Amino acid sequence: MAELAPTPSQTVGPFYGYALPFPGGADIAPAGHPGAITVHGHVYDGAGAPVPDALLEFWQPAPDGSRTGAPGSLRRDPVSGAVIGRHGLDFTGFARVPTDADGHYAIRTLPPGGVPYLAVCVFARGLLHHLFTRAYLTDADDPLLTALEPRRRATLIAIAETERVHRFDVRLQDNGAHEETVFLDFP
Amino acid sequence: MTALDQSQIDTEITAARDAYAKALADGAAVRHHPSRDYAPYRSSELRHPKHALVEVRDPEAVELSGPVFGVTDVTDLDADLTRQHTGEPIGERITVTGRLLDRDGKPIRGQLVEIWQANASGRYAHQRDQHPAPLDPNFTGVGRCLTGDDGTYRFTTIKPGPYPWRNHTNAWRPAHIHFSLFGTAFTQRLVTQMYFPGDPLFPYDPILQAVTDDSARGRLVATYAHDRSSPEWSLCYRWDIVLDGPAATWIEEGRDG
Ligand SMILES: [Fe+3]
Repeated sequence: MAELAPTPSQTVGPFYGYALPFPGGADIAPAGHPGAITVHGHVYDGAGAPVPDALLEFWQPAPDGSRTGAPGSLRRDPVSGAVIGRHGLDFTGFARVPTDADGHYAIRTLPPGGVPYLAVCVFARGLLHHLFTRAYLTDADDPLLTALEPRRRATLIAIAETERVHRFDVRLQDNGAHEETVFLDFP
Repeated sequence: MTALDQSQIDTEITAARDAYAKALADGAAVRHHPSRDYAPYRSSELRHPKHALVEVRDPEAVELSGPVFGVTDVTDLDADLTRQHTGEPIGERITVTGRLLDRDGKPIRGQLVEIWQANASGRYAHQRDQHPAPLDPNFTGVGRCLTGDDGTYRFTTIKPGPYPWRNHTNAWRPAHIHFSLFGTAFTQRLVTQMYFPGDPLFPYDPILQAVTDDSARGRLVATYAHDRSSPEWSLCYRWDIVLDGPAATWIEEGRDG
């Protein structure tokens, strides 16, 4: 069968904020889970300025390595229809978080099982086609990391600020002073 | 930033299209997606990477699976944007429907489709939209649904109006509905915009024109489907969506459901 041509991407624009983010979208880990970790950082543009209108999505295996995910990220209040989010028992593996006015985001999750990274998808006003990257929680012996030169490789490895807090910044464009984040293509 | 006029933008749009046509003639591959570095869309200037993307050919990649959604993630009212308030919204009631497919033409079942849009006067229900056109107390402009077994999605809504933006002087977006889509793999993720046939604003819009391939750009425009319009009720637009993605997606036993 002939391959169908794909529908082109278009920018998420500036006004997704009342449509895509949802309450609890940054919380993959159940509330109060003792094993929860925080992954946070800033998104910067090519001038080094924070990007206040980016939207980040994260996808990861459960701690047991399962990649099947679970529905229920957008669970509804049956009376009002309002999104109330996950019930905390199933592991959805999915986070969606907009950057704030300072270009900052934070998610709370559980460490992924079987791989050392979270998959990340970046959307923003001004970005005509989303970008994929990975937030590695440890500097691992991994086929992707191994293939990169050290300066590039470092952009994918979150900085452990404490045992449970990891900083992962996204730099959309090389500005001379800071290395651009490695972005990925899956051919 | 100095204010640019439309003629400067038009010149840049033409230059980008000519450069693409020449590259095609010289044997370059068809480009289905917009270049992230597209000068006529000014906001792209500091927000596109300069390094080439790094190819990942790892069959164990996490990205070959993806999030799932189900009946807990949508309510029946989510797909009808005209019934989310106590009164009727103002504007032209329309139905927008189509199928979500992968590149092999297989339907993508049970996945989440999200839309958002301006109201009939071209205003978003968003605090930062300061376009002096009326807000409609009976229209928010956000919808969700799950695709059916044959990949079909369907929304009832109001035809959005065109609106001005500040890319250059006299910049207007053609009427459009924003779409967010998931496939079975995270690599198939897509955010895009659907346009309406015959809109006179198409040639002036840097966001639509960023898709420099004529055929690809045409795939962003819905078809008016008279046979599917509801008599005495609403006009129908049909728009199929094909998700890009790697040839082989990662499958786990029991995942398909
Ligand atoms: Fe828009």
